[in-house]
Amino acid sequence: MALINPQAKKAVPEMTTKPAKKRNILQSLKRDYQLWIMILPAIVIIIIFNYIPMYGVQLAFREYDFTKGITGGEWVGLHYFKEFINSYMFADLMKNTVVISLATIILGFPAPIILALIINQVIWKRWKKAIQTTVYLPHFISLVVMVGLLNVLLSPNSGVVGHIMHSFGWDINLLASEKAFVPVYVLSDIWQHAGWNSIIYLAALASVDPQLYDSAKIDGASRWQTIRYVDLPAIVPTMIILFILSMGNILNTGFEKIFLMQNPLNLPVSEVIATYVYKIGIISNQFSYSAAIGLFNTMINFVFLIAMNYIAKRFSNISLW
Amino acid sequence: MKIFSTKGKTKSDIVFDTIILILCLFIFLLVAYPLYFVIIASVSDSTLVSTGQVTLYPKGFSLFGYKEIFNDSRIWVGYKNTIIYTVLGTFVNLLLTLPAAYVLSRQDFKARRFLMFIFVVTMFFNGGLIPTYLLMKELSLINNMWVFILPFSVNVFNLIITRTFFESSLPKELFEAAQMDGCTHFQFFGKIALPLSKAVISVVGLYYLVGHWNDFFTGLIYIRDYSLQPLQIVLRDILLSNQVFAEGAGAGGAAGGYAQKYADQIKYGVIIVSTLPILIIYPFIQKYFEKGVMIGSVKG
Repeated sequence: MALINPQAKKAVPEMTTKPAKKRNILQSLKRDYQLWIMILPAIVIIIIFNYIPMYGVQLAFREYDFTKGITGGEWVGLHYFKEFINSYMFADLMKNTVVISLATIILGFPAPIILALIINQVIWKRWKKAIQTTVYLPHFISLVVMVGLLNVLLSPNSGVVGHIMHSFGWDINLLASEKAFVPVYVLSDIWQHAGWNSIIYLAALASVDPQLYDSAKIDGASRWQTIRYVDLPAIVPTMIILFILSMGNILNTGFEKIFLMQNPLNLPVSEVIATYVYKIGIISNQFSYSAAIGLFNTMINFVFLIAMNYIAKRFSNISLW
Repeated sequence: MKIFSTKGKTKSDIVFDTIILILCLFIFLLVAYPLYFVIIASVSDSTLVSTGQVTLYPKGFSLFGYKEIFNDSRIWVGYKNTIIYTVLGTFVNLLLTLPAAYVLSRQDFKARRFLMFIFVVTMFFNGGLIPTYLLMKELSLINNMWVFILPFSVNVFNLIITRTFFESSLPKELFEAAQMDGCTHFQFFGKIALPLSKAVISVVGLYYLVGHWNDFFTGLIYIRDYSLQPLQIVLRDILLSNQVFAEGAGAGGAAGGYAQKYADQIKYGVIIVSTLPILIIYPFIQKYFEKGVMIGSVKG
């Protein structure tokens, strides 16, 4: 890939007037053709696999006809959206999706922060390292293995957790009962990812100016007060950005994990928009209908993202854009 | 090595430290015990495990589970496929992402902001499951091993991490100095940029690698042919759909009770066998984690 003949030409000095756009692009192409070559494969991949399907989104507005392909079907406008909103599944799907998302965010968002604050307080370096190593580990377990782990450990008759629950007298079937689904889902999510997610907060905490700690000590702050007034403010910017990003995913409740955890017994609370799209789209081939639902999902995510970003911008100076 | 020094601490400090210690211990056990339990359960007698008698160490030591696993051809096929997809896939990922990140990190590249925007938009919008599926159909990637390697080979999140790294560690002056000696972008990238970037290559490479290894979704949606399925799909059948024995429980002398007796042990064993490679690489890469995340979290 490396050219042999050296290019001794220096970069063209920046012009102060604004050149015509066309000349600009041509100049850039000529001068930086190597850079363009280097980035071209990535651009091609993104265009093919991310942008072309976006065009396929119009499938949501058409009656899919497999003889005519994606764009050939008859235009039906908002027909499928209306059908979805009026369907008997709509209320349940929305409820389940929102409940699971909100629970994940409300419980899952603070967990890594608290974990990072705790770990940051550990003084003995070896212990700190040991805890960090242990706590990052579950993140690398695959989802299939994770759900498999849940199935064997939480099984009411043969699992460790099942036995523990039984000895306390709590006789709920953790794997089958409707009430248990969301807690098991959210808590296992935290178990698996809180450690990994705490890295970014730990990194932010590690870069806090030691002088702040010293002056807090001089002012007679207790450890708890130090956390409140030095540690927390240091990670607020990170918190806000990550919060906005997670809001943008509010309706993208992880399809895979829910799909793996679903069984006929917990279906009333575990059927979410993403799994429904899969079932009626891939399984029963109702392409237009499921495309419409998928688009509906994306739109709501987008609205949340914009709204959260706006709120963050108004009340702090930190936002995504 | 201060474990517990009471010098210069107030009473509330000591209480605080104790609480922290207890919390840490609790967290450690909460995470470590289930994993430890799976290990000992995979070599213990199934009945003892399921009646709750195995808690701290193996009882009724038996390697039957592992023997069955090694004899199960599905596992080997799945393993082989996953290794191929992971190695090829990660290679393609890095091949595409690193140069692109380098290009985006060059301040005087005119199309920089525009291209960055194009990439970032895909983080929030995508066509959705159905259009993507239909596209794969058009490209004849359905039931084709390349569906694990080519599509989505550029992860924008990783791209941003790499770009931020290049921005801070490859300043313009460095390139201009090399340019005066007649160095091209290609040469600069290959001879200077890459050797300096071992940390980010490790971190991003690891992210991609783990992504491929754990990928379950691609195989589920796009593959029908069982011989192309990766390990995760085979695992799902064993762990979740209760298809523990290749021939189905009840065949080859493994009648009802016998099969049930060993099913659990096999499940535990399979969990270990499939996660083992990741666990082995893990300690070597661990030192790069914090650094890697810091690289990516610099405001950019």
